[in-house]
Parts: sequence; structure tokens; C-alpha cells
Amino acid sequence: MSWSEFPSMSRSDLRELRKSIDESFRSFTIEYGDSLEAFFDPLLDFLIFSERLLLNTPWPLMIAICAGLAFSASRSWKIAVGVIVAFMVIGYLGMWADTMRTLSIITVCTIVAIAIGIPLGVLMARSNKVQAVVSPILDVMQTMPSFVYLIPVVMLLGIGKVPGLIAVIIYALPPVVRLTNLGIREVDSDVIEAADAYGSSSWQKLVHVQMPLALPSIFAGINQTIMMSLSMVVIASMIGVKGLGQPVLKAITNQYFAMGLLNGFAIVALAIIFDRVSQRYGLRIQKHRQGDSND
Amino acid sequence: MTDTKNAKIKIENLSKIFGPKAHALIPLLEQGIDRQTLQEKHKHVLALDNINIDLAEHSIEVIMGLSGSGKSTLIRHINRLIDPTIGNVIIDGENVCTMSDKALREFRQAKTAMVFQNFSLLPHRTVIDNIGFGLQMQKKNAKLIRERSYYWLERVGLKGFEHNYPAQLSGGMQQRVGLARALACDADILMMDEAFSALDPLIRSDMQDILLELQQEIQKTIVFITHDLDEALKIGDSIAILNQGKLIQKGSAEQILLHPADDYVCRFVADVNRTTVLKARSIMKVQSQSNVADAVVVQQDDTLKEVLHSMLSADSFNAIVKDAKGQCVGCIDSDMVAAAVNS
Repeated sequence: MSWSEFPSMSRSDLRELRKSIDESFRSFTIEYGDSLEAFFDPLLDFLIFSERLLLNTPWPLMIAICAGLAFSASRSWKIAVGVIVAFMVIGYLGMWADTMRTLSIITVCTIVAIAIGIPLGVLMARSNKVQAVVSPILDVMQTMPSFVYLIPVVMLLGIGKVPGLIAVIIYALPPVVRLTNLGIREVDSDVIEAADAYGSSSWQKLVHVQMPLALPSIFAGINQTIMMSLSMVVIASMIGVKGLGQPVLKAITNQYFAMGLLNGFAIVALAIIFDRVSQRYGLRIQKHRQGDSND
Repeated sequence: MTDTKNAKIKIENLSKIFGPKAHALIPLLEQGIDRQTLQEKHKHVLALDNINIDLAEHSIEVIMGLSGSGKSTLIRHINRLIDPTIGNVIIDGENVCTMSDKALREFRQAKTAMVFQNFSLLPHRTVIDNIGFGLQMQKKNAKLIRERSYYWLERVGLKGFEHNYPAQLSGGMQQRVGLARALACDADILMMDEAFSALDPLIRSDMQDILLELQQEIQKTIVFITHDLDEALKIGDSIAILNQGKLIQKGSAEQILLHPADDYVCRFVADVNRTTVLKARSIMKVQSQSNVADAVVVQQDDTLKEVLHSMLSADSFNAIVKDAKGQCVGCIDSDMVAAAVNS
């Protein structure tokens, strides 16, 4: 026996192992595939609804709404004008429909990620046991190559919007969970003690003290989640999610440099808009931290 | 005198050990293990060592000691922010240490309010919303919260700052917010944990005056923690001195100055300006008649400083002490003054 060769399982055993895992998963798929699909139906309806809404809204109205939202969140004319210019250029270069589709799936993703992530983060912050269990799962979600978990998702749900959404959420969920947890845990213990001394219940403490003080951190998490889900659109397009990812994928396989570049820039433009708007909003809700104006 | 008042808070046989296996050490504690052995052999800290103390209703009860003496730990047992290792805290006949979580919350809301050394205000709330915090936790209606918050905002002299955030205020102003937040709850017991220690001397003195002035009117049971003896002597109706987790002495300012219980207290009081604390009645020679010709008349509750001032400005070496009815109760001569200032 030489030390340069690791004493591995025999080839046939290994094949058996893989085969048995594959087969049990396959039978699981056959057994539960349909009911799982039914379970995700409301999500599919929501996705279709939001996509239709964005696609059917007249483009001038859509741009006005986006610019209005950007302005009301950031209170910055620069950002609002930036949004208008970016959307005009995107539309003129023929990427309007794809951009709307991507915008739709990112919006749905963000909503779902927030709906799952913030409560999960709160639970983690309240219990060390939950944290001990959830933390390694989040590590796996963030580091596991996305293609690996695409396989079972596609086996279970086929290709289409919902598996794409799930893939994106698996990748984009961890930051909002982690930063909610961190934000709540880092709330000054003096302030928590004061809340206790005044007889607050744990719910009152959460709502009136911990969440407001963790908000900047939670916002950083939401911002990260949006960025990460945008970066997933190309991979999601491989399993049938329409949007800016598909032309990029087409460009890769056919070596259409300009097509890839343009769609890539559209994704970047969306990312920058989301990032600036959410960061500005995050800063604005922390106005109490600026302080010292009277000193 | 404080002894005639009812004890609002009774602390009985209270000990606290900090450390992971505190409860396993209870038998040793009951055998009377000392702080050093516990520290060296068992790596646990004995923060409070068998404290027995009664705190009287409607008075300012000062608990003082240097850092590490256990004073902040002790005050946190009153509303059970810290659980005792053994012992009881009885307030209005109820044992705080055996309350359920819910009962404890209700007790904290109804009976106690606390002011903290580092203010512990909510940074994301405006001054007025900070003042209303305690009431909000009690789920009072919005109108009442608003009314009381504005009332106390004005009483602590912060009118006009209601919409500022704590970070925009100076330390002294922030602590006024802390005080208003506590007073707005209208709880029987006001707990002040080194409330003025973080403030500079002039502001601190102002805050002490505000507290004394308010206490005339509100007549709460105030438990005041401090490491500053001058502060203790100025505001305390009674002073308890802690050292290394033990209660050394409890008494009025004069009792402590005139009869210090041990060397530690002696050293503590050595640098105090005695003339502002000692009263004519405690240094006078008791006699019901006086026939000294050039004596000045002082009241029995005048401080030594006032007595000195009267004597010096009249160029007299003698003073006759009278009570509130004008009856002569004793006399003081210059030698007695000299002895009292020096001892």
C-alpha cells in the first residue's frame, strides 16, 4: 500500500452508495413532487401576478412609479433622476420587458426573504440553541455551489419560475437572517436593562427597543439580500426564469459579446439603483444617530 | 427622625455569588465562608455578604461604597434585575424574590422606577417619547402618557426640547430626561444607580438640588446609590456604607461622622467638610439655662457652619442653642467648635 494513494471505498461500493441516494430521492420525488408543487402554487400565482403587473403597466407610468419610490425612500433628486435615465436607456436598447421580469422576481424574492429572514433572525437572537442549529445551515446555503442544489430543486419541481425563485432565495436569504440576529444581539445591554427595569414584556422589548435599534443592521441585511438575488438571475435563468439572465446565458453560449455586455449593464443598473435607494433609506431612518446638533 | 418611619423595603440575609456554579456554593455560604477564600479556592465572587437592611418609606436612603463594594448589585436586587443567591427582598410585605415573571413585571411597573448612571435612554426616541416609555410599558392610554410626559418634561426644565433626540442633549440634560422618565411612572420607589456620578460637579450639584426640591413634594422612597460621600451627606436622610459586599454601618449623616463604625468608615469621612453636616444640637453641651453675657442665639438644627458664622460675625465666643419653641436647650463655646471641626 502506498501513502500517496488514499484508501478509498471500492468503486462498486461508491457507485452503490450514489445509486441508493439517487434512487431514494427519486422515489421521494415521485411520491411528493405533486403535493410540493401544489404547496408552492400560491407562490407561483404571486410571481405571475407581479410579472404581469409590471409588464402591463404603461412604461411612462412604470418609470414615474419607480422614480417616485426611489425619491420617497432616499429623498434625493439625484437618485430619482438616475432612475429615470437608467430606465429610459434600458428601454431604448430593447431590454424593457426583460428588465421588468427581473425586477418582478427580485421584488418577490426580497419580500419572501424578508418574510422568512427577519422572524428567523429574531428567533436566533433570542435563543442560543436556535442560533447553534441555524448558523451552520446558513453557512451551507451561502457556500454550497448553486448548481448543486439546483439539481434536487429541478428534480422536485421541474424547471420554471418557482424552482428559480427557490434557488435565488436559498442563496440570498442568509444575510438578512444573520444581520437581523447580529443587530438584535448587539443592542446595548444598558438599554435592555432599562427596559426590564420598567417592566416591559419580551414582546414590548422586541418591538419598542430591540427591533428599532437593530434596524440599521437589518437594513444592511436586506440590501445584501437584494444584491445577492440580483447576482443569481443568470444562474436562475438556466432553469427557466425569464428576464435579463436569459439573454446573458444566450450570449455566453453563442459568444454574443455586445448582447452579454448590454444585459449585464442592465443588471448592474438595477443593482446600483436598489443599493443606493436602500442605503439612503437606511441612513434616513437613523437620523437620531447624527445627534450633536445642539452641542 | 428616620426610625419612626415604616420600613418600605426590607432586605433580609441577602447574599449574592457571581459565577457559573453559584448555587452549589450555598452550603459554604451558610457556613460563613469569607470573600477571599471563595475567590481563591472556588473562583467565585461574593458580591454581597449577608446584607440585612431596612429602607424607610418617604425618605432618601443612600447606599454608598467604592467601586466593587456591591452597591450597584444591591440596588438591582430591589427590582430583581439580579436574582439573589440566597435571601429575601420584601417590599410592602411582598417577597420580590419569589414572584413569577408576570408578577415581577407588574411589580416593576407599579412600584419601581429607575434612573441609571449612563442614562440608558432610547437613542431612537425623542425626549418626550423617552419620558413616556415607562407609562407605555404599563399600557396606559396615549392621552394620559402625553399629559404626564409633558408635565414632567416641564418639571425637570426641559421644555422646548421635547422633539430632540438624546444624542443632541448634554449629559446633564439627558439625565433630566432619565429622571423625568422615572418620575412619570409615579412609582413608590425611585431607584437611582449612581444617577449623578457621570455628570460634572456643577451640573451634579444642580441635579441634587432638583431632586431634593422634588422630594419635598413627591415624598417617594428614594434609594440612591453613590460613591461620593459629599453627595451622600447632602441628600441622604440615612446613609448605608458598604465595603467588599458587607454592610458596615447605617445611620444619619451625623451619626456616621460622629461615631464611625470602623477604620474604613473613619478614612472615608476624614476629608469631609464637617461644618456643613454637623448640627448645633449634636455638638452642644446640654443645659436648660445659660447666663453667658455676650452669647449669640442659634437654632438647634443650624449647621456648624451657620453657628460659626453667627459667632464670628458677632465677635462672640459663645452661643446659646434654642429649639423651635425658643426654649434654651444647650450651649456651645469656641473650644467645642474647634473640637468638632477637628475630630
